[in-house]
Amino acid sequence: MSPRKRRFEFARVPAQIGQDLDERLGAATLLRRALNKVFPNHWSFLLGEIALYSFIVLLLTGTFLALFFDPSMTEVAYDGSYTPLRGEMMSQAYATSLHLSFDVRGGLIMRQMHHWAALLFMASILVHMFRVFFTGAFRKPREMNWVVGVLLFWLGFFEGFAGYSLPDDALSGTGLRIATAIILSIPVIGTWTYTSLFGGEFPGTEILPRLYIVHVFLIPLLLLGLITVHLALMVKQKHTQWPGPKATEHNVVGVRMVPGFALKTTGFFLLIFGLIALMGGLVQINPLWLFGPYKGEVVSAASQPDWYVMFLDGSTRLMPDWDLTIGPYTIPAIFWPTVVLPGVLTMLAVFYPAIDRRIYKDYEAHHLLQRPRDVPVRTALGMMAISFWLVLTISGGNDIVAEKFDISLNAMTWAGRVGLLIVPPIAYWVTYRICLGLQQHDREVLAHGVETGIIKRLPDGRFIEVHQPLADGHLEYAGTPVPKKMNKLGALGPAIRGFFFPIEKPAPPPPAVTPVSPADAPRELEEAPPKY
Amino acid sequence: MSSEHHAPVADPSFDVDDPRNTRFDLVREGLRRDGMEIAYYEPAFPPGRKSKVEKRIERSIALLFVLAGLFAVAFVVAYIWWPWKYEMGATASKFYTPILALTLGGSLVLLAFGIIAWAKKLLPHEVVIQDRHDGASPYDEQRLTGAAIMNIVDETGIRRRPLLKAALALPAAGLGVAAVAPLVGALIKDPNDGHPLLKTGWNPENNNGRPVRLTRQDGTPVRPEEVSPGGQMTVFPGIPGGATNKWADSPVLLIHLRQADADRLRASIAASQAALAEGRDVTRPVVDGMWQNFVAYSKICTHAGCPASLYEQQTNRLLCPCHQSQFLITEQAKPVFGPAHRKLPMLPLDVEDGFLVARSDFLEPIGPTYWERPVEINEQEATS
Repeated sequence: MSPRKRRFEFARVPAQIGQDLDERLGAATLLRRALNKVFPNHWSFLLGEIALYSFIVLLLTGTFLALFFDPSMTEVAYDGSYTPLRGEMMSQAYATSLHLSFDVRGGLIMRQMHHWAALLFMASILVHMFRVFFTGAFRKPREMNWVVGVLLFWLGFFEGFAGYSLPDDALSGTGLRIATAIILSIPVIGTWTYTSLFGGEFPGTEILPRLYIVHVFLIPLLLLGLITVHLALMVKQKHTQWPGPKATEHNVVGVRMVPGFALKTTGFFLLIFGLIALMGGLVQINPLWLFGPYKGEVVSAASQPDWYVMFLDGSTRLMPDWDLTIGPYTIPAIFWPTVVLPGVLTMLAVFYPAIDRRIYKDYEAHHLLQRPRDVPVRTALGMMAISFWLVLTISGGNDIVAEKFDISLNAMTWAGRVGLLIVPPIAYWVTYRICLGLQQHDREVLAHGVETGIIKRLPDGRFIEVHQPLADGHLEYAGTPVPKKMNKLGALGPAIRGFFFPIEKPAPPPPAVTPVSPADAPRELEEAPPKY
Repeated sequence: MSSEHHAPVADPSFDVDDPRNTRFDLVREGLRRDGMEIAYYEPAFPPGRKSKVEKRIERSIALLFVLAGLFAVAFVVAYIWWPWKYEMGATASKFYTPILALTLGGSLVLLAFGIIAWAKKLLPHEVVIQDRHDGASPYDEQRLTGAAIMNIVDETGIRRRPLLKAALALPAAGLGVAAVAPLVGALIKDPNDGHPLLKTGWNPENNNGRPVRLTRQDGTPVRPEEVSPGGQMTVFPGIPGGATNKWADSPVLLIHLRQADADRLRASIAASQAALAEGRDVTRPVVDGMWQNFVAYSKICTHAGCPASLYEQQTNRLLCPCHQSQFLITEQAKPVFGPAHRKLPMLPLDVEDGFLVARSDFLEPIGPTYWERPVEINEQEATS
């Protein structure tokens, strides 16, 4: 060691820290790999991120709420700031919900952000699942992650229902009461489950404290664990990608995680957070002070659950009164639309990857996504499922539709019953035909070129539309979008950018864009006979 | 894997200390060693003097950041100093929550836009291709791992010592049950313990064996003359706490029928009783619970337990707003539309000392149907 005092070099500090850390962790390779990991780019890959980020907002706002909420069902007389309810007897749970809304600084925006984030969480899960389904991202090797996703949906569903029940206002009590009917409907163990969960008869004093620990600890823990598994599997198996230049089944084409992806996704998180904050303070949700405390004899029309529960509400409304009597025992009609139906739907979703393998006789691993049009059976099945769900969801609010459009309520119920049977097959057929049509059009453009909008009159008096061929030779369909307009080929020059004023000079139109040289016309005629 | 597939190959002779290498060469080499290749790379703007466009973008992003910071400060200021205590009427406190939303949400959204613009406008455009390393592990690896696992199984000797295996089954099963037992054991509650599903607040046992009065929410009893013909009223059992959620199964809709409707209901009951006497198929129980032109039905829907309480005076129907089951009052409240299968239970009425009372409890379990639900409860049980 040199006796000379070493000069302290500030610029060397980061490198020195890095070296010191690596001497202890030996993680340089791992870190570089993580920084460089490649993410493919597509807007539809952001849908799952919305769910992740609203979950983070849920954890943050939920922790705040838990500091002030008390799920006790002890009856108290309200004495908070909201004068219309002063002196009213209510549960401690409802009283502290009011307290949160009126007497905690910023409590109302937190409560409303929590509720909006929950709705967004479920919505983004659903849309994300649509994306994964229609593009075939659930195929081998990702079946496990699809099942984890289905579990996450149902955990979110029950988490949402538990949260909806906690404030103990008239709406949440009504929802809980319907839940008791569903539990009671289960053959053999219904009554035992009911009294065990409620610690006796509905509503009792046990159910809210129990739902509370389920809502703030049990399900969030499971959600957190499964989300971790979901993301870990995604990292291990790497993201799927669209077919495109250089993209194959054996690589990932995109940008490195840092800085490109990380910066964008941080911005995206802040955007989601910001939008939830805006909605939480500007758009009222669940004004529970207007509903009053839950009372067994009080209910009002237009009692709707949160949107993701509405399909089960709808199925319950549409179900005919078919109680099944077996000797002295009964299976009530409500059992089928509320227990059996969701069970069947879940099983269909869980086993769909296996079903899909059999439909397409495809047992290979895939990392390239499919365009929905290229797998018409799957796309049509998906649209059939969505239309089935939509009929149920609309029926879950059929009293509101009936009232707003002045339709008979009973007619709405019948329309739902009939619609549930005939709309999905129609959706299947229409989707299937649309897929085939789109496929055909892709092939047509590849074979004959893009429509130019130029009509030519031939010497013999016939009119034809001139097509711009995409290439001289034969083009094979590659599972990627096919250009269908001339400006996609650069023929019209790029649009001028800028909102109020042009931010750049418009580029001069490329020189060689005369759509068709006169010599092309006869050849065009040979290739594409005019259609009449 | 297929032969057309080329993974980027690291150059074994690459020297990280070679002074001729630029830093970007090192980046490229690092990528290669992890199976990645830069296919396209272009800085958003050329190095050297900043162009006008670049400067404008830079300024715009800076402006977004500054605004985001100002909004954040505004949030803190509003949070602390804006009047937040709830007051009735149009007061400044009404704007508290919207202002918090605008400042907090505004700050986050502006910051988000700034960061996204930075990523999209200022970062280099790049296309990087990473080798996927997909598929199963190589055959060798599978064999080696499989052998390791089987060896572990053998090392434990579980196959060699079936006695241990059998003996272990006992604590495994025992502890498995023991793990579940406290939860199930503590939670479980016998639905036949006290028969909460069969009894309501109208059972005379809640009133020292005397018939329970029909009372209003505030506990005052009801005289027949207080409900005019065509009128209706929600009543509760006249016992301590009868109008609270402790007796959530007991609310009843008391209806004073008009003469014509009352006659229709009486005829309906008589017809059912005749059918019952003749042994014809009829929905049991047939309850003659009317007192003069008064009738009382359980408010708890027989479908899902919501209060079936929307009374349509013109059609004499009761509608449950949850799932739209409809019950015809003049036909013993039998369901005429919707998912409900059973009629609303009728509470047998009487008058004592000038006040309406329940002769007995309901003669069937109220509310939703369940597996072992009895069709009717005999009168003795309902009165004792």
